[in-house]
Amino acid sequence: MISELLFFMEVLVAGLLSGTMYSLVALGFVLIYKASSTFNFAQGAMVFFAVLSFVGLMEFGIPFFVAFIITVVLMIGVGLATERLVLRPLMNQSEDTLLMATIGLGFVLEGLAQAVWGVEVRRLDLGIKDSPIPWIADNLQLFISALDVTAGLVATAMIVGLTLLFKYTKIGLGLRSVADDAGAASSIGIPLKHIMLLVWSAAGVVALVAGMMWGARAGVQFALIDLALKALPVLIIGGFSSIPGAIIGGLLIGASEKILEVYIGPYFGGGIEGWAPYVLAIFFLLYRPEGLFGEKIIRRV
Amino acid sequence: MIKSCMRKILSTLSVVCLLGSTIVLPQNSFGAETQYFPVASSRVGPYSAMGTGYYGAQIDYMNYVNMTGGVNGVMLTWQECETEYNAVKTVECYQRLMQKDGQKIVVFDTLGTPGAYAVINRMAADNVVLAQYGYGRTDAADGRVWPWVFNAASHYWSQIGVKLRWMAEMEGGIPNMKGKKIVHLHIDSAYGREPLPAMRKIATDWGFTLIEIAIAPPGLEQQSQWLQIRREKPDWVTFWGAGSGMNSTAMTNAARINFPRTKMMYVTFGGAEEDMVPAGDSAKGTYVVANALPGTDFPLVKDIKDKVYGAGKGNLSDTSRVGTVYWNRGLGSAVMWVEAMRNAQKIHNKVGKAVTGAEFRDGYEALNMTDARLAEIGVKGMVAPFAISCANHEGAGKFALMQWDGKKFDKVKDWTEPNDPKFIRQLIEDSAAKFAKENNITPKKCS
Repeated sequence: MISELLFFMEVLVAGLLSGTMYSLVALGFVLIYKASSTFNFAQGAMVFFAVLSFVGLMEFGIPFFVAFIITVVLMIGVGLATERLVLRPLMNQSEDTLLMATIGLGFVLEGLAQAVWGVEVRRLDLGIKDSPIPWIADNLQLFISALDVTAGLVATAMIVGLTLLFKYTKIGLGLRSVADDAGAASSIGIPLKHIMLLVWSAAGVVALVAGMMWGARAGVQFALIDLALKALPVLIIGGFSSIPGAIIGGLLIGASEKILEVYIGPYFGGGIEGWAPYVLAIFFLLYRPEGLFGEKIIRRV
Repeated sequence: MIKSCMRKILSTLSVVCLLGSTIVLPQNSFGAETQYFPVASSRVGPYSAMGTGYYGAQIDYMNYVNMTGGVNGVMLTWQECETEYNAVKTVECYQRLMQKDGQKIVVFDTLGTPGAYAVINRMAADNVVLAQYGYGRTDAADGRVWPWVFNAASHYWSQIGVKLRWMAEMEGGIPNMKGKKIVHLHIDSAYGREPLPAMRKIATDWGFTLIEIAIAPPGLEQQSQWLQIRREKPDWVTFWGAGSGMNSTAMTNAARINFPRTKMMYVTFGGAEEDMVPAGDSAKGTYVVANALPGTDFPLVKDIKDKVYGAGKGNLSDTSRVGTVYWNRGLGSAVMWVEAMRNAQKIHNKVGKAVTGAEFRDGYEALNMTDARLAEIGVKGMVAPFAISCANHEGAGKFALMQWDGKKFDKVKDWTEPNDPKFIRQLIEDSAAKFAKENNITPKKCS
């Protein structure tokens, strides 16, 4: 009985820790959505592009921190190019048009990354061990790695930082006003182009950090793009425009998919964590479409 | 100004993309007889590491054959189509590649079980050989039911038989397997479940417990599966993954729960350098089986390096990948195509001429790759010697065992067959007969 309880705790903790990794990816989506009400389908490709560039630079013998800075600059460049070549020409177009543009952007980034850096899976060593922390394993019987803990701390730090930025700075205020009504914000002098550039650059940096965490665990590879699909139920549950929602949604998805896989999965032949989060997301869409922390949309009829 | 420049760049890029979407490499000199081969490659996406190596080797070998006089003077041409390892796109590519310059394909190689299943029922009607190089539908090894499908070099049921034989040897014999626990950890797809019929029967015979655990693709998250493994405390894990991400993640997850890698046996499509390297130290000690051994010392590999890469015609930009597991596997498959074509020319008195699909099929069925013939070609030791017959489309039914030492594979056992090959063959025949009955197929008579 005690061993079963301990096992349940382990599954739960593993799920919560995985959830923080999903949250990291979801954060990038939230940033773009807050500014343009667009679901950025290119976010998965941005994760892949960023971390592949980072590892590719390190392969040239460039030191870790220099490669990190160059990649940050590169992602800002991607943000700048996106704003100039994609968003600016499409300004005042419908949200559907922007959505299609992000799908196209995703394909461009996927292809570009593979054309420049090749298709081989790369190893990324952050110097953080992905093996159980001995003290926790011995005393609590939980197999938690230093990488898990680091990912959790990084996700928390980014969420706190971004929340503070949005709530207590002029940039955040401008961003929120653009999200509410871009036309009105522009008419009172808020520089829409700068805000967009800033948001896309920030999403690029978030993509890099998320890619580094996932790349350290699973290798830097094309499959990272599919993480975008994992972020979708996270966002539906947490709310597309909420930064705290991204972390709560991530934790809920991470924990529930692990529990469902371990305890319900065997009755379905296993492998249910691929679709179980979407079932949960559909329930939310039916009963709370704005998610846990999303803004309720009220429209006059 | 900027806008017009951008438009020019974009239109140029579009033209380049259109031209690049199908790569046709005319290799023949004017007037020479040609034979056309389709290359349904997967160079992008999660399976690209496998696809670039495998299909790169096929193209390298065809280039090599052309540079050394062709197949009895017949030059090889080919056309490439990107499947992204997707079954739907594989069908599209099959249709798109079907004809070129009025010449029809004679063989098709999907390098993937899902793609093979998607086209397998068209082969007989289209007169095209489906060459499954150690993958695909397993009971196609019964040539009486599947005359157009081949799974040389060796199918999944023989592969699992060889793995279980190795486990039994490590445990001190088959009687000691009684009461043992084996987890089959697999991708949640037809490919992942392919070895299960054989495994379940052997489990009943030997008395071990088989636990089946599935992973949803792409498999970057495997914590719940490995927690289940920790709870079950198995003696061995057979891993049947696809894509370097899933394959390397399994090893890092095994390390996280301290499961010994020396108790893990990887599938052929997870047992390559590209699968091991990303897992770092976690991969050390992992066992894999091979139907084509890696290495650059085989005379043919050396010759391709000298002639093809030396002339700047190599398909891989990273030449260090020549001689790796996936590249050598692709080479093994292309060697079989050319040998089958040579046989077809001889059988049908068409030396120096192109062959049809039906003739190519006869040539494939007549493959007899003895050690002497493999030595002549320059791949002795790289693949197991084998012969194909009307009834047996599997070939050798043997695999070599390798272990990753952290940097490279070490061969730990030479070509080995399952403990009881007759038992595996009986399973094949039973399964093929069941399929024939369900689909009103009259099995071909083999004298």
